[in-house]
Formats: sequence, C-alpha cells, structure tokens
Amino acid sequence: MSLAQTQQELISEFALFSDWQDRYEHLIELGKDLPLIAPEHKVDDNLVRGCQSRVWLHAELSNASTGLSVTGHKEPLIRFTADSDAMITKGIVALLVRVFNDRTPQEIIGASTDFIDQIGLRAHLSPNRANGLSAMIDQMKRYAVAFSATSRQGS
Amino acid sequence: MSTKADTVVKKGYNVEEIRAQFPILKELVNGKPLVYFDNAATSQKPRRVIKAESAYYATINANVHRGVHTLSTKATEAQEAARETIRKHINAKHAHEVIFTSGTTAGINLAAMSLGQLLLKKGDEVVISGMEHHSNIVPWQLACEWHGAKLKLIPITDSGEWDLKQVPFSDKTRILAISHVSNTLGTINPVKELIAEARKRGIITVVDGAQAIAHLNVDVQDLGCDLYAFSGHKAYGPTGTGVLYGREELLERMPPWQGGGEMIDTVTLEKSTWARLPFKFEAGTPHIAGIIGLGEAIRWMEDYDFAFAKASAEQCKSAFAAHEHLLLEHASKELLTIDGLRIIGTAKEKVGVISFVIDGVHHYDLGTLLDQQGIAVRTGHHCTQPLMDHFGVSGTTRASFACFNTIAEVDAMVDGVKKGVNMLR
Repeated sequence: MSLAQTQQELISEFALFSDWQDRYEHLIELGKDLPLIAPEHKVDDNLVRGCQSRVWLHAELSNASTGLSVTGHKEPLIRFTADSDAMITKGIVALLVRVFNDRTPQEIIGASTDFIDQIGLRAHLSPNRANGLSAMIDQMKRYAVAFSATSRQGS
Repeated sequence: MSTKADTVVKKGYNVEEIRAQFPILKELVNGKPLVYFDNAATSQKPRRVIKAESAYYATINANVHRGVHTLSTKATEAQEAARETIRKHINAKHAHEVIFTSGTTAGINLAAMSLGQLLLKKGDEVVISGMEHHSNIVPWQLACEWHGAKLKLIPITDSGEWDLKQVPFSDKTRILAISHVSNTLGTINPVKELIAEARKRGIITVVDGAQAIAHLNVDVQDLGCDLYAFSGHKAYGPTGTGVLYGREELLERMPPWQGGGEMIDTVTLEKSTWARLPFKFEAGTPHIAGIIGLGEAIRWMEDYDFAFAKASAEQCKSAFAAHEHLLLEHASKELLTIDGLRIIGTAKEKVGVISFVIDGVHHYDLGTLLDQQGIAVRTGHHCTQPLMDHFGVSGTTRASFACFNTIAEVDAMVDGVKKGVNMLR
C-alpha cells in the first residue's frame, strides 16, 4: 500500500465515527499498536521537543528490503519506533508511524500531512506549543533527510 | 440546569447578570457551550471593556502627551483617567506611582533590571519563593548573574504554602520578590507579614500580583510593598496591558530601564536627563487603547464587585472572590470523589484555582478530552517547573474560576473529567 493509500485508509477508518468520543477512543486504541521504541533508545536525546507530553522517537533503516525512489534508484526504507507518556499523543504518533513506516526517505520528505485535518484531529495541528504534532512530523522528516544524505554518500 | 448550590450562590450575587456582559460566553466550542476555566491564564472581557477600547480607536485615536491638537488632549486625558482609576483601586498615594507596562512580566523585568543596577553587588542575595512563576524567577536569575548576586529560595510545604520558618533572609539580602497568589496552586500568600519582616531588615520588596488583582482587594500601602506588578488581561482588561506600582521615593532613585521617546527631559549626544515619574519608565508610545480598556475593566469590577468584605484579618476578599470560593469548594468536593485524583495545593487561603493530578491519566490527554466537551482548562507545568519538581509531577490539570462561572459549569467539568478518565483507563 502506498503512503497516500495508507492515508486514505485512515481517513475512511475515522469517517466511521460521528462523535468525538468514538474518534478519540479509536485514536487511543491505535496508540496501543504503536511499534514501541526499544528501552535503549528511550532516552532524553530522542525526545521530540515541543510536546507537552513526552514523546520519544527513533528511526533506523530497515535492513530487510529496499524501495524504489522517484528517480528509479534503490533506496533504503525507514522504520520508526516511538512511545509517549500520554495516550492521545501516543495515538497520534501511531498514526504517523503507520503512514511513514517502511517508506523511502524521499517518500517521507515529500509527503503531505493534510490527512490529519481530514480525520478531525485538526486541533492537534495548530501552532500551539502545547501539542507537538508538527514537531513530530518535522522530526520524522529530519530523520528522512539525514538517511537520504547518508544513503547517497554510501552509493 | 439549576442545582441547590446555584440558588445559594445567587443570593445577593446575580451570576446571570454578570454572564450577560461577556459576549464570548455565548460561543460554542466544538459544538458545546463554552465552559471557560482558564481565567488564571487570561480572563474573558466584559462588553464595556471591549467597547471602551474600540471607542478610543473610533473617536479619539491620537498619540498621547506631546500633541497640541484636540484628539491628542482627549487621548491623554482618557489614558491619565485610567491611571487615576488604578491609583484609587490599589490605593497608591500618587498617580505617578502607577507605571504602565505590557504586563506583569514586563513589570518584573523592569524591577529586576533597574533594581539590580541600583542595589545588587557581588555576593548580595535576592530571595524568591519556591512557587514563583517563571516570570518571577528568570528576571532575577538574569539580574543576579549580571551583578554576581545569588538567588535564595523560600521553601514550600506539602500543602503548597511558604515555610515561614525557613525564610533565607541574611544581612546580604537586598531584594525580596514574591507572588501574592500562586498561579498554579491558588495559595494566597501572607505577603504583608513577610514584607514587614523584610522592611525591618531594609530589604526592598517586589510583589508579583498577577493572580491577585482580579480576586483580592489589593491595597499597596496596607501591604507595605515597594513595588507591585500586575497584568490587565487577568483582571477583565485587554491583553498587552499591565501596571508596575512603585513607591515614589524608590522610583525616583531607580535608573530607567528602557530608553526612547516619552521618557526623556532633554537629550544631547553626550547626556540625557530623565522625564519625571511615571514617564521615566514609559519609553515609547504606550498601549493607549489597552490602557483605556484597563481603566474601564477596573471601573467595571468596582461597579459589580461592590460588596467588599473583610474575609479575614489578613486579606480583604471581594464579592467576586466569595463567589469564586463557593465554586472552589464545590469543585474540590466533587473532584475528590474521583478515584485516584489528588489536589495539588491545599492551602487554607486560596483563590478559585484548583490544580489536580489523576493516577494513570496524563494531563494532556485529559485537557484534550475536556476541550472536546467545550471545557477550557489549562494543562502542563503552568510556567512553574521548580514547583512541579517539588511535588514530583510533570504537570497538572488546572481549573481557574472567575466571577462569571457557575456551579453548573463546575458540575459539567466534573462529569467531563469522569468521562475522560473512563476513556483513558
């Protein structure tokens, strides 16, 4: 499934819920499926700045497979793991990880995150210091940029 | 929805009449009627304040003090009328002891920078308390760093009060900078008592009154403080307004902090001389519209909050405060029925602020779920990280009440918290 398809899948999934309570319950459930960060990576250096709750995010290259970049080159896939001490935040990270996991750096860098708005979680996108959604997206894209640079150097 | 407690509140206090004056209370948030419990961050504004501010722009907008034309005179008169209103309200001796600032933060920065230069030498000490807002910590840290002075702390007890047995006064203490009311805990501090002790030792006293001004009858002469800072926007006034009260004799000795227009007498490239008080501390064009709005906010409070009554020998509480106290008691009682909920800050004397934590529930999650129900509370460390460390929590959920809040709204919040807790556990 492509990145855009995964986003569409999430939009359809959330469209099933008409009220805020069901929507947030689903988000909290999604958080329970988040690929958890390994204890050795759950350190202050991996904290995402700008979140009122604590969010740890780690990224590594998936060694199993490689994808095809837009230019036709073989590119490595990125695998994210994360955790948060708040359940809603954890659900939001889980959404992002579901969309961005096992993608090439180029796919992640170029991805739009409008789907967040479309699933009724727009409040979390506001430029409010209390929520770190945009900080999480930035951090994931930064990882992608970094891996993109290293993979080019290697090739 | 009318509860028994509501009827009690309404005796002599018509909360509906007060609510009718706040246009924002008719707004829906996330499809629900707004329940606004974030008044300690900023209070809502009554129509009279909104009108006063826009009337200035619509009818008399002009720069103050320097103009010879009619509008400038009118704008100046309106601004200076606000200064006089505030002087009376806080019982300052002179109108020129009322300095307009952009808020409490600006007032304390002015105090710290100017007093630092006037008073602090290497090895001197500044005493603050362990419950201060970052705004009453960081400016003093900066001043201490620049002058080689040290910051000392009044420790906090488990109930969230000053430990008066451990006030670190020494013969090196030059400045005491303390909050009148804690923004996070709601504790009303015994400032008058501590100021008296400081004055005996020749220590200059600065009070952060941000959380007191809308709830207590602040009388600067009775308190005996040298400087007192507050914000307009927490007292039903516009954002970007504030006051630093200063005792005339001290203000005369204090060097100016910011230079510019309005604050000078004469300027040559070699040397400038300063304008008289209060203008020495009011460089640049002030927030004229906001100041006029602030004056109206104070007059509005005085009009509705007529029944000032002595609540205790120490503190004069207002009718607003008495109403807010009923809300606080009701909220405390009802919230404590929730399993695993703990109130942070259980001082005997409190304004209508309630901070709490719940086992297994993150404040960010709870705040988000309350917002979905139209209920605005604040979550996090409330700019008091040292205080959070003291209580061993990363943050709290805080509800802070104002004159327009109702018992029914408190009940809505308690129901909202229960709903949130069910979803999160």
